Amino acid sequence: MHRTGELYGQFQTLEQQKESATLGMWVFLITEILFFGGVFMAYTVNRHAFPTAFGVGGNMLDLKLGFFNTVVLIASSFTMAMSVWSAQTSRKKAVPAWLIATLILGSVFLGIKVVEYKQKFDHHLIPGHNFDVTYCSRNQVACGLDDKDLAKEQKEIREGIEAERFPGASEEEATVALNAHSQLYFSLYFGMTGLHALHMVIGAGLLLWLIIEGLKGRFDANYNTPVENIGLYWHFVDIVWIFLFPLLYLINRHLA
Amino acid sequence: MAEHKEHIVSPKIYIVVLTALLLGTGVTVWAAYIDLGRWNIVLALTIAVTKMTLVILFFMHGKYSSRRTKLIIASGFFWLAIMLVLTLADYTTRHPEPSRSHLAPAPTLQSEVGSVRSS
Repeated sequence: MHRTGELYGQFQTLEQQKESATLGMWVFLITEILFFGGVFMAYTVNRHAFPTAFGVGGNMLDLKLGFFNTVVLIASSFTMAMSVWSAQTSRKKAVPAWLIATLILGSVFLGIKVVEYKQKFDHHLIPGHNFDVTYCSRNQVACGLDDKDLAKEQKEIREGIEAERFPGASEEEATVALNAHSQLYFSLYFGMTGLHALHMVIGAGLLLWLIIEGLKGRFDANYNTPVENIGLYWHFVDIVWIFLFPLLYLINRHLA
Repeated sequence: MAEHKEHIVSPKIYIVVLTALLLGTGVTVWAAYIDLGRWNIVLALTIAVTKMTLVILFFMHGKYSSRRTKLIIASGFFWLAIMLVLTLADYTTRHPEPSRSHLAPAPTLQSEVGSVRSS
């Protein structure tokens, strides 16, 4: 069945029909806000408990890649908004063009994320048996660090171990504590960015469908509800990243 | 087909919002390197909330939606606030010191030290 924007029986006006669709999408997004909210809550509580280890972990992320990805995702929100505008003003050819731009930017984001994950894998920062937060401070070549970066890394680990040294603890015990708590950070890092990336993948699938339908010229001023609602979803995923970026990458940089 | 009364946001506004968002991203990275003590996190989150507000109001057309939709949007953040505020009220007042009890059992600790050393 192809929907074309005619008025359905249960609505009195087209505005009412449109508003119901928007309202319904927002209700779904609220469940998403609370879903991600729970994960952010877990992050906050654990960061509150282990601020040093979370700081050490956060400073091990690649800020350049994170910053680049933030710019890419914000740009993709803009192109998404432009595709909605194209549909609303019946620029039928521009709709799929802006959507394709959005899909490309979204794919670039996911590609960069793969590079970042691979880097963490090489640096022994994947939670599990081989997790070792001190790895890069002891393996300069494997982590590709120059002398300055290595000194920074060693200083951070040293200070982290000092801060984790609870009364009566030996250096080894403090190292274990730092390792355990920074592993908690990286579990949350992969959990949060992974959940976000999953939303991006779903968004990319939805975009693909919109592009196919858009190329057929289905979306115009009379009927653009799918473009608008998937747009809302895409912007929501952008908002999640707007919070993930400072929380995961930034807030301990001033101590580095 | 009857005319929609929906508000169409012009590309000019989208470009202004895009610029503001990119600017905010730049500022938040720049500010992260200045040592403001505990205020770093406050500043970072203030910028993030500002960026979110811009996205909701303009990209997501929140500013132009019906009062009913606005109420739904606000209610979402209200429920989120309940979760954050009440949970934090508990966690920030319950333990004077973070618990380290999970490190207590000696045999586990020894084996963990061994694995850190050998890797």
